[in-house]
Amino acid sequence: MADTRDIEVTVNGESHAANVETRTSLGDFLRHGLGLTGTHMGCEHGVCGACTVMVDGEAVRSCLMLAVQANGHEVTTVEGLADDDGTMHPLQEAFWKHHGLQCGFCTPGMLTSLTAFLRDNPDPSEREVREAISGNICRCTGYQGIVDAALEVAKSMQKGS
Amino acid sequence: MKPAPFIYHDPATPEEAVALLSQHEDAKVLAGGQSLMPMLNMRFVVPDHVIDLNGVAGISGVTDTGSTLEIGAMTRQRDLIRDPAVNAKTPIIPEALENVGHFQTRNRGTIGGSLCHLDPSAELPCLMAAYDAVLTAHGPEGARDIPFIEWPLAYMIPTLGPDELLTKITVPYWAENHGFGFVEYARRHGDFALIAVAALLEIDGDTIRRASISIGGADVRPVRLTEAETALVGAGVGVDAFRAAAEIARGIDAMSDAYVSSAYRQRLAATLVERALIKAGECAKGSA
Repeated sequence: MADTRDIEVTVNGESHAANVETRTSLGDFLRHGLGLTGTHMGCEHGVCGACTVMVDGEAVRSCLMLAVQANGHEVTTVEGLADDDGTMHPLQEAFWKHHGLQCGFCTPGMLTSLTAFLRDNPDPSEREVREAISGNICRCTGYQGIVDAALEVAKSMQKGS
Repeated sequence: MKPAPFIYHDPATPEEAVALLSQHEDAKVLAGGQSLMPMLNMRFVVPDHVIDLNGVAGISGVTDTGSTLEIGAMTRQRDLIRDPAVNAKTPIIPEALENVGHFQTRNRGTIGGSLCHLDPSAELPCLMAAYDAVLTAHGPEGARDIPFIEWPLAYMIPTLGPDELLTKITVPYWAENHGFGFVEYARRHGDFALIAVAALLEIDGDTIRRASISIGGADVRPVRLTEAETALVGAGVGVDAFRAAAEIARGIDAMSDAYVSSAYRQRLAATLVERALIKAGECAKGSA
């Protein structure tokens, strides 16, 4: 018999109660349990960074965490970045403007990683941005557009504060 | 790619965790999950039971005792990097941790998990070897202290009984004005190092008083370059003494694999020992 647990997780501000098999990864729970397919499962062993989400505000690999471990915690996925009315998050806006994505597979992990990174490092150098996304693999853009987008958002955050 | 079915346990105390380990034959302990979870996902390990330590009270956090740092085994790598006492007393630890994976994996990865996983080229075992750290394990009979030199038994196997749990790591301080240098070479930033070197130096004027050199990635366990350490004590701080130490590093036993030969690892060890010592020497002089 499958080993299951009841969990309660807040995802993008909304509370969800579910019964999950304990071996289910957080990423699979978000996608299959909650239908939040914005989180992409890539390598499923922590290397590619596509599945990155924020748990209690910290960027983590959702393939390397069990859903049951998120019990009682707050998860933010890429779906939680934009405003409720659909207004894009400044990073999403900047990705669009700077061609920071092409196929879009790495994008949710890039956006969640950079959201957490820019919150903790509001004035990063280009090198620091590149290091921050060194655990997120993108095969389309060559990273340049992504780095430009992150630096532009950092700059506008500086002006805004 | 999903883990095979297992029974999940989430003990609340170290005693409960030890009791579960004693009860269950084929159990794996889940710390930060940055090594075990990939192995579960790929079904390299197929345990019947997974014992999750993330809810265990009292085994995370850093305490400054005045002469040592006491680090709970479940302290996350991120928290070590951010901890003021770690930065003030053992600054080589945050410096080396910047090379461990990526910030997203450091948000989950723990010091105890890394020490128990014991990858030959992992940074934390290399550092603990440099410090002669003491590891505390809890078992059914109570706690016992294990000096780091006795910790690695074989390739990725620590000297931990099947019903024992690593709970605490004690790192003794070096003199306040000690110098340190951590350097490694990996094919990509964040990858496991081919060779990593941690060097600690205490100096008095221009004379070296105490030295520790630890090399990771060369052998199945971190190698302390004791011969070079002894030779450095009493020597002047300078490239000549550091080159002599590097020559000793060139002679260490080194592993060979499909990508990297043993001769290359030895050469890399020599180069990186010299660089780490130069950094440590400059650092010691700067803070003296």
